Amino acid sequence: MPTYTQIGSAVTVGALGAASIDFTSIPSTYTDLKIVVSPRSSAVASLEDMYIRFNGSTASVYTSRNIRGNGASTSSASSSGTSVYVATIPATTNTASTFSNVEIYIPNYTSTTAKSFSVDMVQESNGTTAWSGLIAGLWNPAVQAAITSISLFPDTNFSQYSTAYLYGVSNA
Amino acid sequence: MPNPTRIEVNCTTGEVLEIELTDAEVADLAAQAEIAAAQKAEDDAIAAQRATDKAALLERLGITADEAALLLG
Repeated sequence: MPTYTQIGSAVTVGALGAASIDFTSIPSTYTDLKIVVSPRSSAVASLEDMYIRFNGSTASVYTSRNIRGNGASTSSASSSGTSVYVATIPATTNTASTFSNVEIYIPNYTSTTAKSFSVDMVQESNGTTAWSGLIAGLWNPAVQAAITSISLFPDTNFSQYSTAYLYGVSNA
Repeated sequence: MPNPTRIEVNCTTGEVLEIELTDAEVADLAAQAEIAAAQKAEDDAIAAQRATDKAALLERLGITADEAALLLG
């Protein structure tokens, strides 16, 4: 029966905000990884985007497909670049005290092949429109390696009370 | 004014550090975020254009999306 184990410590962003949340020295003792994030941005804007990156890899070795909708419009897109868009998050001019909810699942993170991952995200703001989406991502570096660090970063800064948790999933 | 911080969780020790970014890291992070935002804007624009083109084509052909799917099925 699969079990979830929290790895490292829970993160709650403090009053100064944070430019990124980095999980480092991730042990290779699990089968899969799952990240649960509740982010908000401190940017002077309505919405910002959040991205993910693995092992500090900033090369253009990430690709993704996403489908999104906000109650008024829908879209789908393919992307390649130096990180993967994983969520739309509320910022300071959006409804106060609202956060997005994001779950990222990374199977087989210690493999020596490209790492695929899935994302489901919702941005609820008690407004007329709010984004939800599903994303399929792939990290395919020139030299394959187990994922040992994960970085989450918004366009500007995470605001206070944003949270992030990392879980290891064991299949036995 | 201090630089923004990043939060680093060492998953082996459980230690959580709040590290002030160096000026170089601030510049690098801003550049990376700018690249990511530009890429996403480009992707969204392509997707929007594709949707517009599709709607225009269906309009020109005088058929609905369901009817087009039937033709291609």
